[in-house]
Amino acid sequence: MSELMPVLLALTILIGGVAGAAILTWFERRLLGVWQDRHGPNRLGPLGIGQVLADMIKLLFKDDWVPPFSDKVVFIFAPTAIVVAMMMGFAVVPFAPGMMIIDVNIGLLFFLGMTSLAVYSVLLGGLASNNKYALLGGLRSAAQMVSYEVFMGLSLMGVVMMSGSFSLVDIVEAQTDVWFCFSQILGLIVFVIAGIAESHRLPFDLPEAEHELTAGFHTEYGGMKFAMFMLGEYLGLMLISCMIVTLFFGGWHGPALIGHWLPPLFWFGFKVFIIICFFVLLRAAIPRPRYDQLMSLGWKVMLPITLINLVITGAVLLWMEGAA
Amino acid sequence: MLSELRTIWEVLKHTFTKAETVQYPEEMPYLSPRYRGRIVLTRDPDGEERCVACNLCAAVCPVDCIALQKDTREDGTWYPEFFRINFSRCIMCGMCEEACPTYAIQLTPDFEMCEYDRQNMVYEKEHLLINGVGKYPDYNFYRVSGMQTATKDKGEAQNEARPIDTKSLLP
Repeated sequence: MSELMPVLLALTILIGGVAGAAILTWFERRLLGVWQDRHGPNRLGPLGIGQVLADMIKLLFKDDWVPPFSDKVVFIFAPTAIVVAMMMGFAVVPFAPGMMIIDVNIGLLFFLGMTSLAVYSVLLGGLASNNKYALLGGLRSAAQMVSYEVFMGLSLMGVVMMSGSFSLVDIVEAQTDVWFCFSQILGLIVFVIAGIAESHRLPFDLPEAEHELTAGFHTEYGGMKFAMFMLGEYLGLMLISCMIVTLFFGGWHGPALIGHWLPPLFWFGFKVFIIICFFVLLRAAIPRPRYDQLMSLGWKVMLPITLINLVITGAVLLWMEGAA
Repeated sequence: MLSELRTIWEVLKHTFTKAETVQYPEEMPYLSPRYRGRIVLTRDPDGEERCVACNLCAAVCPVDCIALQKDTREDGTWYPEFFRINFSRCIMCGMCEEACPTYAIQLTPDFEMCEYDRQNMVYEKEHLLINGVGKYPDYNFYRVSGMQTATKDKGEAQNEARPIDTKSLLP
C-alpha cells in the first residue's frame, strides 16, 4: 500500500493539475469580472462553469497547424516542456503530513530547478516560431527569467537558514509555531514578485505583452499547442502559490487556536486558494511595467532587498545562537 | 510603490460593488423614445404617407444606404415610388431624420434586427412604412406648406398669408 501511495498521488496530481488549471481559467475570468464590475462567463452551466468544457472542445477541434517556416521539431516540443517541468515541480510539494510524492532533502532546489526548466519552453517556442514578435517575446522572457531567477533563489535562503534544511517537509515543520511570513517578510515580498515573473503572469507578462508583441512567444501557436502553454502557465501559477504557502504561510498548518478544527489538507488548499486570488487581484489592479522598468526593478531594488534580508537573517540567527 | 498598493486596495474594494452589466436577453435595457434604432417611415394624421421623395435623406446619408425614386400622384403631390434602406450599411446616425422636411423618416428604439441572410437586411417601403405618426402626432406637411395641391390652393395652408398680387398697386 505504501508503495502504491506515491503512484496514486502522482496520478491524482496529474489529473487534478490539469483539471485545476482548466477550472482556474474560468475562475480567473469570473474573479476579474467581480473586480471590474462585470459578470464574466456566466452562461454555460451553473455559474458559467461549463465555459471550461466549451473552451476545451473548441481548442481540441482547432486545426493543429505548424507554420511551414518554423523549426518544426522544436516548435512542437516547446509547449510540452513547460507542462512537464511544472508538473514535475509538484512532486516535492507537501500537501499534508505524509501526502507528497517524494520527500527529497533538496526539495527546494528541485523546485527551483524545475521552474527554471520551464523557461526553455518559452525560449524555444519563441525561437522556433521564426517570427519577429515571437523572437522578441522569447528574448524578453530569457532576460526576465535570468534576472528574476537570481533573487528568487536568494530570497528563499532566509527560509532555509531559519529552518536549517532544504527539505520542504522540514521547512513546514519549522513553521509549526510561527509562520515565516512574519520573520521573512522581505523574502516573501521578493519571492512573490519573482514568482509572478517566473510564471510570467500579468503584471510581468512581458514575454506575451499582447499590446506590443501581439502574443509574444506564442504568436504562431494555436489549438492544443497553445492550450499547453496556457496549461503550463496556470500550473505554474498553482505551483508558485503552493510554494508560497509551503515556504512562508506554514504549509498544512492551520492558524493558531482554530488550526486543529479542520484537516491539514483543507488548510493547505485554502491558503493556496487565497494566494491564487491574490495573484488574480494583481492581474486586475497592476498595469504591466515597461521592459527597462522591469529590469531596473529586478536588479536595483529586488536584489539589494534580498541581500539585506539575507544579511539581517544571518546576523539575527548568529546573535540568537550566541545568546543561547 | 505606494500607488500600486493603493491601486490593489481600490480594486479589492470592488469585490462588494454591483456589476454594471445588463444581462441583456433576460433583462431588457431601457431605451429612450429618442433612441436611434431601426428606421421607419411614418404617415400623417390623415393616414397618407408623409414622405415627399425629396431625396434629402439619401443625399445626407453618410453611408449611402437609402435609395428612393420620386413619383407624382394625380393631385400633384409627390411620393416615393420605391423607398429602400440597406440596414446592413446603415450606421443609425440619424442624419436622415434631421434632414427630413416632413418628419416622414424617423428612428425608433428597436435594434433587434439580426438576420442570417444579408439580403434580408434590405428593407423595402412596405417594410419601413408604419400605420402611425411616430414622434410628431399633429404634423401634416401639405397642410402647412405653401405648395398647391388638388384640394388646397395657394395661401390656404395653416398660418399662410394670401398671395400678394404683384401687379396691383392697391395695398
